Amino acid sequence: MALLEVKNLHAEIDGKKILNGFDLTVEEGKVHAIMGPNGSGKSTLSYILAGKSDYEITEGSVTFQGQDLLSLPPDERAAQGLFLAFQYPMEIPGVATMTFLRTAMNSIRKKRGEEELSTPDFMRLVREKAAELKIDPEMLKRAVNVGFSGGEKKRNEILQMALLAPKLCVLDETDSGLDIDALKVVADGVNRLRSPKRSFVVITHYQRLLNHIVPDVVHVMAKGKIMKTGGPELARELEAKGYTAFEQAA
Amino acid sequence: MNAEIRPIRTPAEQALAASIEAARNTLPGAAGVKKLREAAAEAFIRSGLPHRRVEEWKYTDLRALVREAPPLAAPPDKNAFEQAKKLDPLPRLDARRLTLVNGAFVPELSDIASLEKGLTIVPLSRALAENNRFAQKIGELHPDTYDAALSLNTAFLNDGVLIEIADGAKLLRPIHIVNLHAGGTPSSTYARSLVVAGKNSEAVIVESFAGPEGVAYQRNSAIELQVGDKASFDFIRLQAEGAAALHLSTLLAKIGNDAKFALYPVTQGAAVSRFSVTLRFAGKGADARFAGATLLRGRQHADTTMMIHHMMPNGTSRELMKSALDNESRGIFQGRINVHPGAQKTDARMATHALMLSDKAESVNKPELEIFADDVQCGHGATSGAIDEALLFYFLARGIPRKEAEALLIHSFVAEPLEMIAHEGAREAMLARAEDWLKARS
Repeated sequence: MALLEVKNLHAEIDGKKILNGFDLTVEEGKVHAIMGPNGSGKSTLSYILAGKSDYEITEGSVTFQGQDLLSLPPDERAAQGLFLAFQYPMEIPGVATMTFLRTAMNSIRKKRGEEELSTPDFMRLVREKAAELKIDPEMLKRAVNVGFSGGEKKRNEILQMALLAPKLCVLDETDSGLDIDALKVVADGVNRLRSPKRSFVVITHYQRLLNHIVPDVVHVMAKGKIMKTGGPELARELEAKGYTAFEQAA
Repeated sequence: MNAEIRPIRTPAEQALAASIEAARNTLPGAAGVKKLREAAAEAFIRSGLPHRRVEEWKYTDLRALVREAPPLAAPPDKNAFEQAKKLDPLPRLDARRLTLVNGAFVPELSDIASLEKGLTIVPLSRALAENNRFAQKIGELHPDTYDAALSLNTAFLNDGVLIEIADGAKLLRPIHIVNLHAGGTPSSTYARSLVVAGKNSEAVIVESFAGPEGVAYQRNSAIELQVGDKASFDFIRLQAEGAAALHLSTLLAKIGNDAKFALYPVTQGAAVSRFSVTLRFAGKGADARFAGATLLRGRQHADTTMMIHHMMPNGTSRELMKSALDNESRGIFQGRINVHPGAQKTDARMATHALMLSDKAESVNKPELEIFADDVQCGHGATSGAIDEALLFYFLARGIPRKEAEALLIHSFVAEPLEMIAHEGAREAMLARAEDWLKARS
């Protein structure tokens, strides 16, 4: 059974069609890359998977671990093991990063019927994961993402991903706004999390990220659907030829 | 036709007038205080309760909101002390407690032994009986204009607490003036207090209000603060009255040269409340901060009206007001900064923000600036809005349930002014009150 199965998904916002029969099957332990031009519906897809309520699903289905994903509220999806790394992580003035991380971890543990983490265990875990991502512990004392650089925000997303240990990670243009060093740190963070039990959907414009996070499957998305599927070589082909050919085909 | 228009007296106004008449000859004090009371009584009988055509009271129409005026509370007995004691809204605050029950100073519930050097505490009733120098200071900060709440308070001037902090004295721990209400039937109470903080003195004063939940008592409280040159004075206020109460409160402050004054009002109780602040910069180079939070639910109505007079040069003031309004509550903030001629180099900024937690809640933000000096910096901003759905989604996407996410966001919103409280114990106590309010949110 596939971990994630998206079938013939149609979605719109304010009457504007964004997804037009989108299909995707992600097996356990696989890394899928979705590449596509601006406006192809990539971010919409990630928001719909995570449960943002702005979109209207007009047709199709999404199954996650055999369960109807679309009927679950966003926090329930997170508890089931779905994680979205935001393209634009939110700044939350007045809420300390540590409070946020701890509340998130304990909410998910509670929903899974696990006990809350003790303070020392939580602190140790956060310090360890933060060090791997080269996150300054001082940063964790600040309000969530407030005053963080673009790279720091993205690293903070990967930190959250590492702490919440999801089954499916959706990375929405995690490479945008990153310089080459930050890109490497983030990619290393993602690679550390790769396992036979965990899958990834990596959404990106550029092939660059895929040099660091090597995908098993590459999809080209345009006008709200998958136009072509292939191996890592497809990403390089795209980099050389551009998206135009696929957009015309649609 | 030249007929004199006489407003029709409401039952509450008639009851209040009768109450004034009955108390008139029983209240203590020398000629000066009696005169003050008489003038206030006459002013009230002439003008009555304010209504919506009185601009300052436009959003808190007392003539409509106050249907009746319950009788004056009897002097509290031992039984009342026992009841009241349990109501202290800040029981864990490490402070010198001065307790007033139904407006009467209660030595048995007050920590008046071994006062620090330079600290004097006197019940108002005693000061009035002795007609000492304190008694003569009462009313010094009264404005020229008629204010119904203050006039009523003055007409019933009887008891409260007077605090003097000598020049140069630095209080080691805060003073907590606890205003409690006892009794199972509605009654009215009045209290008047005064603090005189000398030159170069330092003090933190907390004032709190609480009472039984289901009793429609009415409290009218007033306090005058005279802050001397170069004094540092923090005043933290918690209004946590019972849910059926009417709370009218006046704070009058005057600050001297280079004084530092901070006022942190937190409002979360009473069915109807009005807190009126008048702050005068009587000296040069003084610095004032006003940072308040209002947390309302149900059908609560709370009005905070602030008037700041920059009268001398080089004054600085910062005003921040945050309101979280749930259910069908109504929060009002009227803030006015007056920069008088000659108050050059005044720097004043006022911001007021309301967070609407329900479609039926109502917020009134009325910032005003009146400037008669030409070399000043003044600004104001006002916002009101609901919880940001995009922020909320970020929490949800991390597995945090909506209720908890909202609580964190509301807390971060209202905590901003409370985090500014410099005294750690008082700050923690007020933040804990805000958290309790959030926990009780259904």
